[in-house]
Amino acid sequence: MTLLEDLQHITEEEEEKDSKFKYHINICVAAGCLSSQSDVIKKTLQDEVNKCGLAEVCKVKGVGCMGPCSGGPVVALAESGVLYEHVKVEDCAEIVKSLEGKPVERLVQSTDTPFFKRQVKIVLENCGKIDPESITDYIAAGGYRALTHALAEMTPVEVVEEVKKSGLRGRGGAGYPTGLKWSTVAKAQSSGRKFVVCNADEGDPGAFMDRSVLESDPHRVLEGMAIAGYAVAADMGYVYVRAEYPLAIKRLKTAIKQAEQQGVLGNDICGTNFSFHVEIRLGAGAFVCGEETALLASIEGNRGQPRPRPPFPAIKGLWDRPTLINNVETFGNIAPIIRNGGEWFAGIGTEKSKGTKVFALAGKVQNTGLIEVPMGVTLREIVFDIGGGIPDGRSYKAVQTGGPSGGCIPAEHLDLPVDYESLARVGSIMGSGGMIVMDDTSNMVDVAKFFMEFCMTESCGKCVPCRVGTAQMYDLLTKMTEKRATPRDLALLEELCEVVKNTSLCGLGQTAPNPVLSTLEYFRHEYYEAITGGIPAGPAVEAVS
Amino acid sequence: MSVKTLVIDGKDVSGNDNQTVMEVARENGIRIPALCHLDGLTPVGACRMCVIEVKGLNKLLPACVTRIEEGMEVSTNSDRLQRYRRTILELLFSERNHICSVCVSNGHCDLQGLAARHGVTHVSVPYRYPSCPVDATHSRFILDHNRCILCTRCVRVCDEVEGAHTWDVMGRGIEARVITDLNQQWGTSGSCTSCSKCVHVCPTGALSEKGKSVAEMAKHREFLPYLKQMREDHR
Amino acid sequence: MSANLKTKPALPSADKRWKIVDATMRRHGYRSDSLIEVLHTVQEAFGYLDEVAMKFVAGSLRIPPSKVYGVASFYQFFTLRPPGRRTCVVCMGTACYIKGAANLLAAVAEHYNVKPGETTADGELSLITARCFGSCGLAPAAVIDGNVAGKLNVADMLERIKEGAQNDAA
Repeated sequence: MTLLEDLQHITEEEEEKDSKFKYHINICVAAGCLSSQSDVIKKTLQDEVNKCGLAEVCKVKGVGCMGPCSGGPVVALAESGVLYEHVKVEDCAEIVKSLEGKPVERLVQSTDTPFFKRQVKIVLENCGKIDPESITDYIAAGGYRALTHALAEMTPVEVVEEVKKSGLRGRGGAGYPTGLKWSTVAKAQSSGRKFVVCNADEGDPGAFMDRSVLESDPHRVLEGMAIAGYAVAADMGYVYVRAEYPLAIKRLKTAIKQAEQQGVLGNDICGTNFSFHVEIRLGAGAFVCGEETALLASIEGNRGQPRPRPPFPAIKGLWDRPTLINNVETFGNIAPIIRNGGEWFAGIGTEKSKGTKVFALAGKVQNTGLIEVPMGVTLREIVFDIGGGIPDGRSYKAVQTGGPSGGCIPAEHLDLPVDYESLARVGSIMGSGGMIVMDDTSNMVDVAKFFMEFCMTESCGKCVPCRVGTAQMYDLLTKMTEKRATPRDLALLEELCEVVKNTSLCGLGQTAPNPVLSTLEYFRHEYYEAITGGIPAGPAVEAVS
Repeated sequence: MSVKTLVIDGKDVSGNDNQTVMEVARENGIRIPALCHLDGLTPVGACRMCVIEVKGLNKLLPACVTRIEEGMEVSTNSDRLQRYRRTILELLFSERNHICSVCVSNGHCDLQGLAARHGVTHVSVPYRYPSCPVDATHSRFILDHNRCILCTRCVRVCDEVEGAHTWDVMGRGIEARVITDLNQQWGTSGSCTSCSKCVHVCPTGALSEKGKSVAEMAKHREFLPYLKQMREDHR
Repeated sequence: MSANLKTKPALPSADKRWKIVDATMRRHGYRSDSLIEVLHTVQEAFGYLDEVAMKFVAGSLRIPPSKVYGVASFYQFFTLRPPGRRTCVVCMGTACYIKGAANLLAAVAEHYNVKPGETTADGELSLITARCFGSCGLAPAAVIDGNVAGKLNVADMLERIKEGAQNDAA
């Protein structure tokens, strides 16, 4: 039996098994809901089902993230589409008893809201539907078909062309065209091996997209990596994942083992001579390791210090071999692109930013959680429609995107379409997808100081401008938040921003001034208020503006 | 190997394609300042003093690791670069406690020399005055963290030339320090061969010989290109 | 290769945990690039990385001691001092910060007279800050003795720590 037939067989079996169940109760077991004891809820629901003698007709299943994380634990009834939030142990009996009748009204969260309606799910299509610890669930949902299709029907060059056609750009932050990167690695001359690396060192404070994908649908990432391995002729892949994500690591380990047993990873996949193995490498708490050369240094067991590029990892990467590095979400887009074609993907989004983007919406907003929207929706739609606006009757002040490398976007730019270029134009970046909403209680000098402290402590210390410059800028911002600063300090801060931005070795240093620069641009008066004696009139500030 | 032609500071120059901008510039009498770079050690592009402008590129590039390319137009000394270099030097002076008048390397120091060349007459960023220890446990040498600029020349010469890898860097960011072995006193290091290479490649007074007084610690670096050459010939 | 393996250092003591460390190294073929993986195992087994462990790992993987120390001290996840009997990790990610994590941290620090990143003098409680748990929907969040607690205020936070101590005593 070929692998494809095997997958088909598994799917049919699963469907048949599933058709016996009249009800499916799905409960989120990703980290957000688990921290409000969704595992206990799951067990209680199963006990109740057994107690009511429904075990034959009702299946209780742990699934990945459904999105509304602040409503955890979240339970969904697959058949009726009813969604319950804040479910407690004592609610479980009622939920099971009401399966045939009316839903438990006080727990119901309407899904007829912009939070659910405005989303378009590609990367997250399986999240909240399949059991992340079951490969058969993934296969039954169409999983690994893209890999078998690519291996059986496409040449590596055609795979690269398809990714190019899709217009997919790197979801880790910078937005480099994925197809171009793939073709560089594919063409790179190498006498020995090539490598594929998945960057799951999600370090931006306030970002949890990659974690949710790994916890909710790990096979999707493995499938994307294997397809990449085929396209660039690599036989080995590494997932570099934060040690702070134990659940993601556990599920990834399970997924790798299952995929090897199923024969979709390993030697001679699908009866071809293509072999691909995946190993996990743990990060150890260093934000700078999200930078690709630092990440490679870390996989090689060294201090995570970046090195100057060129040479780029695509030419000289892991152990000096050509290495393809993409992040979790980028790999998550690959299987659907191969399945549905590059043109399909290119039909979603804007002219230069194709497809969807996953955001972790958090901060001072009604609905916090994980969302996936087409590129080009406006910030206003995200914050006010999907996010439900600002709570406690406060008013919107800014949204922070791109983490410590990004900026704060004020109300005047709320109608900006979210894509790589637009965000860059207003002084922020797309980043990996953290989106923190701030209300009028946030002081922007304080926010700038928060990010500068982050950059200072995460600076690897290798290059002078980043090592000393971030510390100096942090000291200046501290002086400002303590109202001890002088006009001269503001001028110095701006000068240091320029030098650190232009002379630092890697992206961390080059973008470290961004939170300061963007708040200086849109909230300059708050800096003036932070200066002793009020608004400066002297030439010190004008000289650098 | 092929010859490439390029323009550096308006001057037409040429070099082999495996040469860096810094090397070709120097062959043509153009001095690009550097602190972490030292001939004979692997360049790391860390001090950022050697950053240059390349026409058509937004980003500044470190000359010590940037290979020459055909048709490149390089500017090594624009007003902007001079300003950046002054700030980088000021940042270095502010980072630890560099007091030239009482330093063993006064008059023989790369940092001091560059500051003089770049007209750094005063430091406009606040001094940080960290409290840094001095390690005088080695029988012949002294390590003074107050003067260290973390260029990692000692780390590299010990690893690449002596082969002992006694030195490394601990911690990160502004807290980073050079260490010997398991962050122990230098005098107790089991791997140190007391060869003194680190002392002589050190650009400042951070590493010095015992018994030297103010301004007496002149460094001798002729050994480095000599050793490199001898070892290559041996192969 | 085999000659080098013969000079591999002996296990530092009869403590069974060294066998776990050795197993990890063996699984990686004693390759030097497995250093970070091995340090993770040491920390999991012993709770922290001490000089004995670093010397043993350096000798077994044939890595200079200074490099082992350099790596161990570079990554925030590794701790070179024994942790307290109980831990409180406060998330300082952006979402938590915006929702008042700094106040939580200050309150615990004051109540237990301990600085962030350090352990109380009696070795009872370690107060740690984290970059981001990725539990931003639960901001502000903390992990107290391994359990995630979300949407905290100062009173909740101190109560939870106290509860943990009482459970421990019971």
